Amino acid sequence: MSKTQYTYAVARIRALEVSLFSASVIEQLLACRDYDSCLRFLQEKGWGGDAAPDADRILAREEQKIWETVREMHVDLSVFNVLYYPNWFHNLKAAVKAVCTGRENGNIFYKETPVSGDEMMRIIKERDYRALPVNMQKAAEEAVETLLHSGDGQLCDIIIDRACMEAIREAGRLAEDSVIKDYAEETVAITNIKIGIRAARTAKSLEFMKRAMTPCERINVDRLAQAALSGEDTFIEYLSGNGYSEAAEALKESLSAFERWCDNRIIEIIKPQKMNPFSVGPLVAYVIARENEIKTVRIILTCRQNGLSTEAIRERIREMYV
Amino acid sequence: MSELLTNGTVWALLGVALAVSLSGCGSAYGVGIAGQAAAGVVTEDPGKFAKVLIMQLLPGTQGIYGLLVAFVTLSRIGILGGTQPDVVTGLLTLAACLPIAIVGLVSGIHQGKTSAAAIGIVAKKPDQFAKAMLFPAMVETYAILALLISIIAIFSI
Repeated sequence: MSKTQYTYAVARIRALEVSLFSASVIEQLLACRDYDSCLRFLQEKGWGGDAAPDADRILAREEQKIWETVREMHVDLSVFNVLYYPNWFHNLKAAVKAVCTGRENGNIFYKETPVSGDEMMRIIKERDYRALPVNMQKAAEEAVETLLHSGDGQLCDIIIDRACMEAIREAGRLAEDSVIKDYAEETVAITNIKIGIRAARTAKSLEFMKRAMTPCERINVDRLAQAALSGEDTFIEYLSGNGYSEAAEALKESLSAFERWCDNRIIEIIKPQKMNPFSVGPLVAYVIARENEIKTVRIILTCRQNGLSTEAIRERIREMYV
Repeated sequence: MSELLTNGTVWALLGVALAVSLSGCGSAYGVGIAGQAAAGVVTEDPGKFAKVLIMQLLPGTQGIYGLLVAFVTLSRIGILGGTQPDVVTGLLTLAACLPIAIVGLVSGIHQGKTSAAAIGIVAKKPDQFAKAMLFPAMVETYAILALLISIIAIFSI
């Protein structure tokens, strides 16, 4: 698809970006003293539409709006796959665990995926792996066999999560647009760092880390795993010297600071798309920005509901796209 | 065939055709791409219709310049007026039409893309409309220069 074919969609996105929450709007939301006033503020901003004044419904409606907007653009939706692979693979993981453990629950699946939750359950029950997208087939079979024979849920998770990261990396490699390539590469690198720090804290083996980490261009997973094996301090030191000094600083602070850095890093990657008048980049950036916005609002609402102080909430606030 | 090649009116008309069609194509593309952007903005904010419409119209001028050169030429080669040219005058007229034809095509396309980008500015910051309009207007300079040369050349033949 020619870059100029996205002209209509990009112009529409520019108009929509005006209503994205900026840092000052987030500050106003933070200034709301309690949970109910937060909800009222969101409704005044048009969040939730006709949904009942309930956080889950408001946020669900906003997530739904993202897809409605994207569909109305009449563009090739496959370019957004890279953003939604985690949801697809989550559904696979949920179906594998539900089938293998015999504990079924209908509310464990994400909607808006190419294979619905019910269909995913059928595929796993009947071992009809060929009905799955190609990048899921091998992982699904391996995860089912592993869980049935070893009963090791963590190993099952690793197999599916690794397949998810490989799918994202491949989508990035095949993408024509630089923002998708950068997003995919950075997502895989960040996931490897997350695996590394958790492995370092729980003293996991080198074999475990190598199985869980996905090779990528931005970070050497062999060295990352070796650093994690030597302990948390060595791991942080390794990150500092290999282009992830901000991640290292965040890790020294706390895990929640690191999680915030991960999301901020993705926002930094997409920010140049605000100046891009053509190509699919601004659309992808808008979807990421909306999800980041919803995530930030969810954090604020949850913290308010649990009575956390404004300062404690502010520490968890993500950087905004606009 | 050789009769056609030695007919000055044929060459002059070829110049007229190129001036109108190439600059028209440039404008059509430019207005089209700016129109897509304008439609995108108006979908979300119909209040910006007037501003984005002006932006969309900017790349339309190349087609008008081509038409102007075509009329002037037709009025001098014995079709709308003037006298039938010999082969040398016909070839000179064709050459005179080329600046607006070629520059009209290229500048129309690029002005359209610049207008589409400028519409993005209006979408986010409508108060910056005047500044936004300057960017596509800069491209217009070269279409005007080409028009000037084409007109001077046609009148000087």
